[in-house]
Amino acid sequence: MTTDYGPLAIWAVVLAVGVATFAIRYSFIYLFGRIDGVPPRVEEGLRFVPAAVLAALVAPSIVDPGPTVVATVVDGRFLAGVVAALVAWYTDNMFATIAVGLFALWTFGAVL
Amino acid sequence: MFPDDFRAGVRAALPSLLGLVPFGLVAGIAAVNAGLSPLQAIGLSFVVFAGASQLAAVDLLAQDASLAVVVVTAVVINLRMAMYSASIAPYFESLRRRWELVCSYLLTDVGYALSITEFADDEGTSRLWYYLGAAGAVWAIWQLATIAGVFLGTGIPEQWNIGFAVPLVFLTLLVSEVSDRPRLVAALIGGSVAVVGVNWPLNLGLIGGALAGVGSGVLVDRRDG
Repeated sequence: MTTDYGPLAIWAVVLAVGVATFAIRYSFIYLFGRIDGVPPRVEEGLRFVPAAVLAALVAPSIVDPGPTVVATVVDGRFLAGVVAALVAWYTDNMFATIAVGLFALWTFGAVL
Repeated sequence: MFPDDFRAGVRAALPSLLGLVPFGLVAGIAAVNAGLSPLQAIGLSFVVFAGASQLAAVDLLAQDASLAVVVVTAVVINLRMAMYSASIAPYFESLRRRWELVCSYLLTDVGYALSITEFADDEGTSRLWYYLGAAGAVWAIWQLATIAGVFLGTGIPEQWNIGFAVPLVFLTLLVSEVSDRPRLVAALIGGSVAVVGVNWPLNLGLIGGALAGVGSGVLVDRRDG
């Protein structure tokens, strides 16, 4: 399917999404640069943003809830994710984690 | 040593190439398939620079959805970046205005994740140079990949699952981030809610997961401390 919208409408969308996205990115960088430091209560919460966000980014890519616990666990992406997590834990090396993780995914994909 | 920190940032971003390149190719191909001209497709990638929202926007344009729906959907998908902005802002407090603007434009999932774990780990790193290296490399890779997608089409077979490299980048960073009990709880709750909410509209599963994770981390931290 291709769009029936003309160039003007498409450029308007590009500009609107671009400006709004920039405003979101700049929002707190602007705010915390103007007020005197980050409020302590906010700072308390911000410490947990990386762990919470990273987990929320990763989990849906490796956990696909099946009808049973076994079906959820015996899944190429889940098993490859567990193997990759172990490699990350022991080596703290991103390239090794990606290489082993992808290889595990292909292996489990061929076996399961 | 500022240029060293810049190079360290670029090096940190390189493994995510594996995941970003196919994603960028797809974004470029999808834009052209939806009926955008090459210039419009590349313009979208340069101006917006946020893959998931670019894909959503061209998909909705192809379906001739109302322009308001196209814009609102794409913008809501990017709301998660407000959390990145708040989380990384304390490290940018001393920057000049023009660098704040550049850093804001370059803020993505990968750029944020790489930088925030490095900043929390190593006090001596130049925030600006490391960030410009990591987020700038992500930007360059993304633009080249979408341009390649616009002009070349895809070459990588779907079955290779190269896209799985992106969650593996986040997984590596997550493992090094989970250093104490409150953070472990934040990760477990955040991940669980995101899995439950995977089919919620507008990427709200991710935002809900992140907020639930932060909330539970704060609660556990207060009870323990």
